[in-house]
Amino acid sequence: MKLRVLRRLVLRLGQAVPILLVVAVVTFFLMHLLPGDPAAIIAGPEAGAEAIEKIRHQLGLDRSLPEQLALWLFHLAQGDFGRSIVLNQSVLEALSERLPVTVSLTVVSFAITIPLGIVAGVLAARFRNTWLDSAVMFLALVGVSIPGFWVAILSVILFSVTLGWLPASGYAPLADGVRPWLLSLLQPAAMLALFQIGFLARMARSATLDVLDQDYIRTARAKGVSEWRTIAKHAFRNTLIPVVTATGIILSLLMGGSVVIEQVFALPGVGRLIVQAILTRDYPLVQGTLLVLAFMFVGINLLVDVIYTWVDPRVRYG
Amino acid sequence: MTAAPLLSVRDLTVEFHTDAGWLRAIERVSFELMPQEALGIVGESGSGKSVTALSLLRLHAGSTTRMPSGEIRYDGLDLLTLPARTLRRIRGGEIAMIFQDPMSSLNPVLTIADQISETLMLHQGLDRAAARRQAIASLDRVRIADAARRVDAYPHQLSGGMRQRVMIAIAIACRPRVLIADEPTTALDVTIQAQILDLLRELQGELGMSVILISHDLGVIAEFAQRVLVMYAGRVVEQGPARALYRRPMHPYTSGLLAAIPPLDADVRRLPTIPGNIPDPSQRIDGCRFSPRCAEVQAACRATPPDLVSVGVDHLARCPPRLARLEEAR
Amino acid sequence: MAEAVSDLLAPPRRFPVLRRLARHRSFRVGFVIVLVLLLAAIFAPLLTGFDPTAMRARLRFRPPQAAYLFGTDNFGRDVFTRCLYGARLSLTIGFGVAVLSGVIGAAAGIASAQFRWLDGAMMRLMDGLMAFPAIILAIGLAAAMGPNIGSLIVALSVAYIPRTARIVRASALVVRELEFVDASRVAGASSLRIIVKHLLPNCMGPLLVQLTFVFAYAILAEAALSFLGIGPPPPAPSWGNIIAEGRDQAVEAWWIMFFPGMAISLATLGMNLLGDGLRDVLDPRLKVET
Repeated sequence: MKLRVLRRLVLRLGQAVPILLVVAVVTFFLMHLLPGDPAAIIAGPEAGAEAIEKIRHQLGLDRSLPEQLALWLFHLAQGDFGRSIVLNQSVLEALSERLPVTVSLTVVSFAITIPLGIVAGVLAARFRNTWLDSAVMFLALVGVSIPGFWVAILSVILFSVTLGWLPASGYAPLADGVRPWLLSLLQPAAMLALFQIGFLARMARSATLDVLDQDYIRTARAKGVSEWRTIAKHAFRNTLIPVVTATGIILSLLMGGSVVIEQVFALPGVGRLIVQAILTRDYPLVQGTLLVLAFMFVGINLLVDVIYTWVDPRVRYG
Repeated sequence: MTAAPLLSVRDLTVEFHTDAGWLRAIERVSFELMPQEALGIVGESGSGKSVTALSLLRLHAGSTTRMPSGEIRYDGLDLLTLPARTLRRIRGGEIAMIFQDPMSSLNPVLTIADQISETLMLHQGLDRAAARRQAIASLDRVRIADAARRVDAYPHQLSGGMRQRVMIAIAIACRPRVLIADEPTTALDVTIQAQILDLLRELQGELGMSVILISHDLGVIAEFAQRVLVMYAGRVVEQGPARALYRRPMHPYTSGLLAAIPPLDADVRRLPTIPGNIPDPSQRIDGCRFSPRCAEVQAACRATPPDLVSVGVDHLARCPPRLARLEEAR
Repeated sequence: MAEAVSDLLAPPRRFPVLRRLARHRSFRVGFVIVLVLLLAAIFAPLLTGFDPTAMRARLRFRPPQAAYLFGTDNFGRDVFTRCLYGARLSLTIGFGVAVLSGVIGAAAGIASAQFRWLDGAMMRLMDGLMAFPAIILAIGLAAAMGPNIGSLIVALSVAYIPRTARIVRASALVVRELEFVDASRVAGASSLRIIVKHLLPNCMGPLLVQLTFVFAYAILAEAALSFLGIGPPPPAPSWGNIIAEGRDQAVEAWWIMFFPGMAISLATLGMNLLGDGLRDVLDPRLKVET
């Protein structure tokens, strides 16, 4: 059994390689579309043409595009993601400072999303076509329909400005203690979760309805198992299979959403970093950050795959 | 009738809610099941036989099903009006059921041990270890070799016939008094079908159960049942002792089903089939519901729906022309 | 009784899909919402007497009142008027993204399904693009191509093409294996003919469903990009950039950002309801998709 899981994991890793290559190439071309000359930006407004040319040479920008691409991939293969132009830091250094913030935000938001989304979806399915179902599904629909950053601003006005319950912005590192850390993240994480909760609830509901229609649910009822036990024991684990698949999408949505939410709450995370990098034309930083995010995403999907194996014995034992 | 029936169904009517409103799936079905009896219910798909079976344990979805009339007497209780709690004690404990497709009827994410033990823990209050031992015993009883090892398998690791044996093991784990088998062999290979039927017959004797076997195949029923209920378009059209029914079918539909049984001795190229299909419940038919497909149809058949009347000892049928012919012959 | 009921509800003969849609509750609600917003966008000049961009210093920060239903902003512009005109831009972007990503996504998906040699490379490319969260990909592209509506539409389209392509490919693969397609292939039909006659029509349902959701996402994404400063450039109003501009006064003059946000929510809600209805009627297989 272990061997089978391991083999599947290796297979998936193998499949991830071409994806990562595509990601790297796409990122590269994406950044070469950026208008503006990074060399000129680094040199500063007063620099002469000669100085700019020198920097251009240093950065390798005077080479042909394929050469640059090859060089970049070569560096990547050695774990060198390049240096930020504006921050005067290596990309990895800049990222390692910001990553804990984004990871914290994502983790807290995920922790809010998963139980709420699943419980809401399962309840809606169990009470299908009742007022509870309608109410949950309406809220879920609202969740995926309102702009998260807009609700976030409204929420800051209410909870931070008017009531003063939660900090309006800023991040307290985990090293300062769990309480301030959690307090600083609670509001952004909740706002970030709104969309995903709606998404997950809708998904969990339809998955549960699907499962409740299955013959083995009828078998459980015929065995005399109670309604709730049928749902908790017989339906739920089967519902989890599509839900686990969806968590990959949810994490991707969370990472995307964090870009905007970090901006609202002035959290110094990767999202803010990348927006800043794009706006200042710091293209090695953009390139590196995009790449790291994409790598993380591919890694997460691998993880989801492993969890999937654990949930579904048909995959585990083939 | 000598003994008291174990289960008696009176005037059972079931309606389903569809886009086209409430449709009647079965209408005023009545029958009795004696202790240790093997009763067969036969009919094409859409005849209402499975609806009848599922109704016995109220296994239809609550919100889209209603039963405007009927009574199901079991042990002095009416199963149709029983509180859900009490009904659950009977389900699986005293009346158990197995279904057509063993693959989809078993939960794919739970082991066989889990699925059998659950019934035992629920109805007999066994602890996990005891239930597991009983589960293995139950697998032994349905002739699964190497039960102690197989008990930890997942359903997808077993063959089709093996899965149906597991379903039966779940059903008989608590030694029920009634076993309802809804097309238990339809999804299986022919050779396996016979094995499963043999197994059911043996278990019936060993455990002293009553069995209701539901099938579209009168041949299967013929091998198994002492009494037969023939259903067509939601109604019982004929019922009686199996032998009487075969010797002298009193409804053209029964005759049609009999003609469709492949004979064992002859190599027949083509079996006669009944032309046409069972009407949709939403379709309006005046008179006898079988009349559009009936070779012996008469004008009167299309006018008034016939009643189910006695045509012999413990033998009922819903076909006035055949009854008239029988009486003439006498 | 059952017979009488079924007589009344005989199966519809013509346009059964339209009939079923018309009966679908959430489709109806969504349809009305989208229609109202669309009409408001088209007839904006008739619904308001103000100019969406004219600044009037004396009228700054008026709260909502009879004359200025949604109040005025820090330049004295009427927020109601700006929301009406903003609908034009926001809905155009949503529509543009749906059409562009639909056309390219459908082409890629069908090509992938029909020409098997292309499939591997195409799907790896789509996987690669999907490895970026859509909004980040859109930010990168939009920033790369400069702040204008065209580049915004292209950027968002690229972000949603992979998902659309996957859905179309999946349905096309199913259709491809059907017997009538085999039959026409055996009969010597060209690839183009198979695509036009068989694959395309049979993928329309799932595609249409997906595109209503893309429309909704695009409206949300426009707002998010505007908020990050990469949206349609001012002074022409879009729902997103009205919020972005009103953000700094969110506490003192909440109405500036409140109403366009409501408009976005309403439009997205409407499209989602529409999409749910379409999905129920056209494509019972599809579950919630991104």
